Amino acid sequence: MSEGNAAMITRDDVIDFIYAETRMLDEGRYTEWLDLWMPDAVYWMPLDYKQADPVNATSFLYEDNFMLRLRVERLNGERTFSQKPKSRCNHVIQRPFVDVFDPEAGKFQTVTNMHYVETRLDEQQLLALTVTHDLALVDGAFRIAGKKVELLNCDAAFGNIQLLP
Amino acid sequence: MNANDIRAMIQPAQVHRDVYISDAVYQLEMRHLFTNAWIFVGHDSQTPNKGDYITTQVGDQPVIMVRHTDGEVKVLYNRCPHKGTKIAIDRAGNTGKFFRCPYHAWSFKTDGCLLAIPLKKGYEGTGLSESQNGKGMQAVGAVHNYRGFVFARLAEDGIGFDEFFGGSLSSIDNMVDRAPEGRVEISGPPLRYMHKCNWKMLVENQTDTCHPMVAHESSAGTAVKIYEQMGNPEPRPPAMQIIAPFMSPYEFFEDMGIRTWPNGHGHTGVNMSIHSKYDAIPGYFEAMVEAYGEKRAKAILDENRHNTVYFPNIMIKAPLTQLRNFIPLGADRTLVESYVYRLVGAPEQLTAMSAMYNRMINAPTSIVGHDDLEMYERAQEGLHAEGMQWVDIRRLHTGPEDFETEAVENGTTERQMRNQFHAWAKFMTMSMEGAAGVAAE
Ligand code: FES
Ligand SMILES: [Fe+2]
Repeated sequence: MSEGNAAMITRDDVIDFIYAETRMLDEGRYTEWLDLWMPDAVYWMPLDYKQADPVNATSFLYEDNFMLRLRVERLNGERTFSQKPKSRCNHVIQRPFVDVFDPEAGKFQTVTNMHYVETRLDEQQLLALTVTHDLALVDGAFRIAGKKVELLNCDAAFGNIQLLP
Repeated sequence: MNANDIRAMIQPAQVHRDVYISDAVYQLEMRHLFTNAWIFVGHDSQTPNKGDYITTQVGDQPVIMVRHTDGEVKVLYNRCPHKGTKIAIDRAGNTGKFFRCPYHAWSFKTDGCLLAIPLKKGYEGTGLSESQNGKGMQAVGAVHNYRGFVFARLAEDGIGFDEFFGGSLSSIDNMVDRAPEGRVEISGPPLRYMHKCNWKMLVENQTDTCHPMVAHESSAGTAVKIYEQMGNPEPRPPAMQIIAPFMSPYEFFEDMGIRTWPNGHGHTGVNMSIHSKYDAIPGYFEAMVEAYGEKRAKAILDENRHNTVYFPNIMIKAPLTQLRNFIPLGADRTLVESYVYRLVGAPEQLTAMSAMYNRMINAPTSIVGHDDLEMYERAQEGLHAEGMQWVDIRRLHTGPEDFETEAVENGTTERQMRNQFHAWAKFMTMSMEGAAGVAAE
């Protein structure tokens, strides 16, 4: 990416970032992934279709940096029984729509449809997602300022969803 | 399987594994236990206006809970008296003044009574109006709305609501009393979490105080460790206030205490609980004092019960205004619905705290729930081992126990599990052939 020069940033750079972030999740490069996050950013997965209020009604996830770090560290714990054996995941993503592209202000927003597959032992589940990323530019690099992951079948009953869709 | 076979599965300190894995036992539970006992249906704030309804299940029975034109909440079987079509399948809606079956347009008042049939002359002289089907949608045996919480008994005759729940209603009282206006309202849809295990494992787990520090070490223990690395900054964020107490030592849970009531109800957290040390929410105590006076407000808020089990299949957390419904779908399948309620007249941050607890602990995406589900599903599979037939529930069982009187004991006892199975045998067998004498205990 064009280090430190906002004027040189293209929409393709934004799109490449979304692909790269998704790849980190699929490859389990969580330490690297956590470094992408702004300190006050939140990962939100609503429970209700078109949910407006993330905190006064239940969400699946509404995770700040601390909770994301906890989630990631737990995955590798000695006594993380639900991850013995470990789950694996895979995202198939559509080309992101770049809905906000403002390099001067360092503000970007993308919307990406994805199919998410998570598997463990004999189980495999498929989720259809619409993922909204808010990105910021910090020292010429993209950072995640907010991520909203909407499940197409959010009102269905699920078993464990253990990794990060 | 008769009443004696059922009773033989429950011994004073152990239960036969068939109570968890046998399909025949599950079928009998649906026809007997879930028919004789009072079962949670919904909260009346889910149907605030006339014609509002929800669809749900009582045991395996499809039902509609609806606000009738007289303002009362009715519970009807969700089955058209004509050919069986479910009358409504959306989880919530408003039907106006009447239900109309989408198949042949028979229509019914919201108390189930038949309203109209198209081309009715085709039924003249057929005897329809004298038949059960000609009366309309069938209502369940009895319905009771207790401070907004709606329960149903499928059986026409049986134990009364007050006798069934007795002193256990004090936990619902405490939850509702925590609202300055004395009522709670639903806040958003429930989490729906599918478990491939028997419903009773989940109910037992609600008063299993020897598992948090073990099964949840990966989540709560890691949280405590990370927070330590950060230097334990104060004030602790709500997430830490929620999760850290799961790592409390055994002594803490022993001191919490467990209370049991007749008919299988009981709760952990008699003296205090993992919910006792949450930071006060600004403005809340003042609102409570305004509503109740200082002494009563303090008494309400000093009661911090942990989990109250309402036998057979719900639990509530009064201090967090939550309810979890363990809906049995099969011997090895349970749907858990976890609800959050808003305390009317209290600051909205209380709702936010309850919703946070719900997603952190009860969600399919919860790092705490993951390990619970893992344990249940491993148990469901492990119980098929032929080498051992009995499941042990004898912690702090030292002699005969009387479940017909209220008791308070050490918080790590498995007495509440034994209490549940005692009630299980009672409500399973009371309507069985050959249960004479014992059924009326
Ligand atoms: S099945 Fe309902 S009207 Fe025929
Ligand atoms: Fe647990």
